[in-house]
Amino acid sequence: MILHGSHLSLRFGQTDALDDAEITVDSAEIVAVMGPSGSGKSTLLHVLAGILRPDRGEVTFDNQRIDNLPDGRRSRLRLRSFGFVLQFGDLVPELSLRQNVELPLRLLDVPRSEARTRAAELLRLLEVDDLADRRPGQVSGGQAQRAAVARALVHRPAVVFADEPTGALDSAAGEVVLDALTGLARKEGSAVVLVTHESRVAAYADRTVFLRDGQVTA
Amino acid sequence: MSVSRILLGLLEPHSQHGYVLRQRYDEWFGASRPLKSAQVYATLGRLDKEGLVGLAGVASGVGPDRRVYAITEAGVGELERWLDEPEVPEVTGSRKVLFAKVLIALSSGRPAAPMLDRQRQAHLARMREMRARRQAGDLISQLDADFEMYHLDADLRWIDGAVARLDRLAALVHRADQRADTDTHPDEETR
Repeated sequence: MILHGSHLSLRFGQTDALDDAEITVDSAEIVAVMGPSGSGKSTLLHVLAGILRPDRGEVTFDNQRIDNLPDGRRSRLRLRSFGFVLQFGDLVPELSLRQNVELPLRLLDVPRSEARTRAAELLRLLEVDDLADRRPGQVSGGQAQRAAVARALVHRPAVVFADEPTGALDSAAGEVVLDALTGLARKEGSAVVLVTHESRVAAYADRTVFLRDGQVTA
Repeated sequence: MSVSRILLGLLEPHSQHGYVLRQRYDEWFGASRPLKSAQVYATLGRLDKEGLVGLAGVASGVGPDRRVYAITEAGVGELERWLDEPEVPEVTGSRKVLFAKVLIALSSGRPAAPMLDRQRQAHLARMREMRARRQAGDLISQLDADFEMYHLDADLRWIDGAVARLDRLAALVHRADQRADTDTHPDEETR
């Protein structure tokens, strides 16, 4: 087990976004989190990733409790051990795809040449190496999202958090991105927490947990 | 699946031995349920009686494997009729069972949500199998897997829609039960 959320509760105003939710993710496992809109899927992802603190419950990563760490330590943990793919990619628009993919390594003080080699390797694996010098606004949504997948995995994170990673793409482009995300994660041995409301996306995962009203029901 | 019409279609380009027909059938359609030899020969026998195929020759040796069948003119006509006629859009029986289970569970005061959650997991497990088959297979296997995946997806959407409306549905079922109870025991109502 690489990640465990135990008895997680979090309230926003009068709404229980999470209500005693429980989830376990094993090393290199791909787990889909499904549920209707407002069921707490994205909140659960943010809590597991150490972005939000739960009101109650604990999050442990690699047998270490992380929800009670100070902000700075949680930020460093996210940078070092986690990767993120969001619905709209969220690449830095002023940087090229190559620079975007190199970014996590540069922030981790990996030497520039090493970062460049590793970024080029992933861009090639995801078949966007010929677009490496273009900016996100100069490529299609699917191509940008493949670069976002490369950025999420470039530093070999233990866990990748993907929140509706194909939500803004048509089904053909979405399949290419999902093949890239799950294929690369399996190759690199990273676990993936994949939030989605689409069963065809969840079918890429090894296992699916279902959320309703902030509780894991199955 | 209309095995007899598929065999007619496979026979049309060339006369074939039964075992070749069976191989061709299994290659395209037998992933989930391969055809048994006996079924092939029984079907060809029936088509022969109906005048849709005929014996084109018998190779040396014994047994039904030696017979070569050919489609007849009437067979070609029937094949064309079958291909031209749209299939009736219908929901398969097993899918209707799910609808019935939800209503019966609610009517008997049992919670339907856990049942639907279990069904969702079963559907997702099948979808994962189809995904794996899709990834490993050729274009025919991919289209075959797509066909089932889209139907599973439709079921899953229905499950989500049903779960979202279970409270309202339970109230509706309860009211219907009360009405039926009043009709059956009118005296108890006035007691």
